[in-house]
Amino acid sequence: MASTDATTTNTGAERIAAAFANKAGRAALMPYLMGGFPDLETSRAIGLAYADGGADLVELGVPYSDPLADGPVVHDAGTKALAAGTTTEDVLDVCRTLSERLPVVIMLYSNLVLARGVEAFVAAAAQAGASGLIVPDLPLEEADEILAACDAAGLALVPLAAPTTPDERLRAIGSRARGFLYTVSVAGTTGERTGTKESFAPILDRARAATHVPVALGFGIATPEAAAAAADAGADGVIVGSRLVREAAEADDPATAVRAVVADLAAALRT
Amino acid sequence: MSTSEAAVEHRYGPYGGQYVPETLMPALGELETAWVAARTDPGYREELTVLLRDYVGRPSPLYLAERLSEVAGREVWLKREDLNHTGSHKINNALGQALLAKRMGKQRIIAETGAGQHGVASATACALLDLECIVYMGAEDIRRQKPNVQRMELLGATVVSVEAGAKTLAEAVSAAIRDWVTNVATTHYIIGSAVGPAPYPAIVREMQRVIGDEARAQILERRGRLPDRVLACVGGGSNAIGTFAGFYGDPSVKLVGIEAAGDGIDTERHGAPLTVGGKPGVLHGALSAIMQSPDGQILEAHSVSAGLDYPGSGPEHAWLRDEGRATYIAVGDTDALAAFREVSRLEGIIPALETAHAFHHILHGDGGGSELDLLCLSGRGDKDLAEVLARG
Repeated sequence: MASTDATTTNTGAERIAAAFANKAGRAALMPYLMGGFPDLETSRAIGLAYADGGADLVELGVPYSDPLADGPVVHDAGTKALAAGTTTEDVLDVCRTLSERLPVVIMLYSNLVLARGVEAFVAAAAQAGASGLIVPDLPLEEADEILAACDAAGLALVPLAAPTTPDERLRAIGSRARGFLYTVSVAGTTGERTGTKESFAPILDRARAATHVPVALGFGIATPEAAAAAADAGADGVIVGSRLVREAAEADDPATAVRAVVADLAAALRT
Repeated sequence: MSTSEAAVEHRYGPYGGQYVPETLMPALGELETAWVAARTDPGYREELTVLLRDYVGRPSPLYLAERLSEVAGREVWLKREDLNHTGSHKINNALGQALLAKRMGKQRIIAETGAGQHGVASATACALLDLECIVYMGAEDIRRQKPNVQRMELLGATVVSVEAGAKTLAEAVSAAIRDWVTNVATTHYIIGSAVGPAPYPAIVREMQRVIGDEARAQILERRGRLPDRVLACVGGGSNAIGTFAGFYGDPSVKLVGIEAAGDGIDTERHGAPLTVGGKPGVLHGALSAIMQSPDGQILEAHSVSAGLDYPGSGPEHAWLRDEGRATYIAVGDTDALAAFREVSRLEGIIPALETAHAFHHILHGDGGGSELDLLCLSGRGDKDLAEVLARG
């Protein structure tokens, strides 16, 4: 668990690098959380439960009206968070709390950044203790302005690589990656699927050859077995999203429930 | 620039771009490459031209609406896209893109639809070319455009009801994009309007510019002069951009786009982002004029016409507006419904509710000194009968 890192003056990228270097298991455990779902305070408690359960880093989602990269579970959670009145500012406040415990990477769609103004948003995120940003609808071609602002503010702009990304393009993405390379395990939206070491390995090998930063695998990883398979296949980090959002939606006591799920995932990465 | 001839524009001033998940980027590149090759390939051009002539019925007539002209106090010429096979301009783009998909070896087609006209056009093109067709349609639009749903199913398409958000066109586009992210290797997405990530806005404009090119030649032949104004309704803006494009080189011709004011542009219930202005934003992969909250959340649009019920607009329209080349105004539900009835009785033409917005402006709006208006009559109104009659 991160402790001293939180108070240093490291840039976001350095703090993320430290989280990978000091990870408790074979791969860093990087659970996703929808800010404001099921309500703002519960989402804060869920993030803290992730830290308690053994997460190395947390991905904090900002709810959005039109999330093109998300499957039904994350989409529904975002819709409910918005209906409950969650604002971007509210989620940044959750970020502030969680960043005292572990590195936080904020995941949000490009229009939320543009609406506030690129520099203003990046400054607010840095102020809230974020270590990085993931913008799932911001491909290489559109990233210049946000990347420059993130670099200037000490935030890591984490790009995504897809199974459909050709090798040459993957190298271009990898060379501009900050923090880590978010490698999408399947062509598709977020959601729970199955996967094996054999299915993950070629994707991870290709990503690793294209970048100098750690490679994290996400989209579809839902079980301790799949998380272990991703680690065995060479992932530096494992991202689990929809499985945990579903748990938060279904459990009577979301924080306790997600802590148990995260602990199981963490255990699978340690053995 | 030597490469500009072959390139497809990605930006219109600051607007446009490709704000989509990485998974789709290679597919957009593949589409652009295929389009650049196809549009200069005599084989593709010939196949499309023959289909547009013999199957769609092009060129569509240009009709002098005399009784309407009398009321308007100026000549009003109608470009009769309502007479196309399937009843609207949407078939021009659907056929062109379906042929393109076939060239790319994609057997599965997805499409979104609002009023159902693009869904019907896509289902028709797919039946003709033996392609699988899945159409995403908001549950609210399925309710108010039932005949078009039945037509799509009769044509062999699968209509998927979209239950998210306002259950209208915007959500249908999002659902189609999510399907494409998942099935991109086998699937081509026939986007129905001049929206979406590059190269779509450019492709759709080029597929629809047959309207403007024909209309320009026809009015010159019939009247020996250009129109003072060219008008079209604007949801995403495909019939408008196709019509306008034929007159880009004629600075004397004013281009006027008519959006949906819904309950009024001073309310939150409208579909008029170009008219209202405000900060541009990203919707469905492009930066353009959109309806959004201060935080950047996309707002729900409202219009009595499903085809204009959209919180965004094509990026090229936003640029035409900023450049002062085109102007955009908005007409509300009540006025559009009245014009729907008025045009039916004046001309014996039941127009689509979308086009009825533009008719209201021609009949009762500021003529701007025009002596000759040319309107794209984008579609016929049979699909709207139940909705209009239910309102009394």
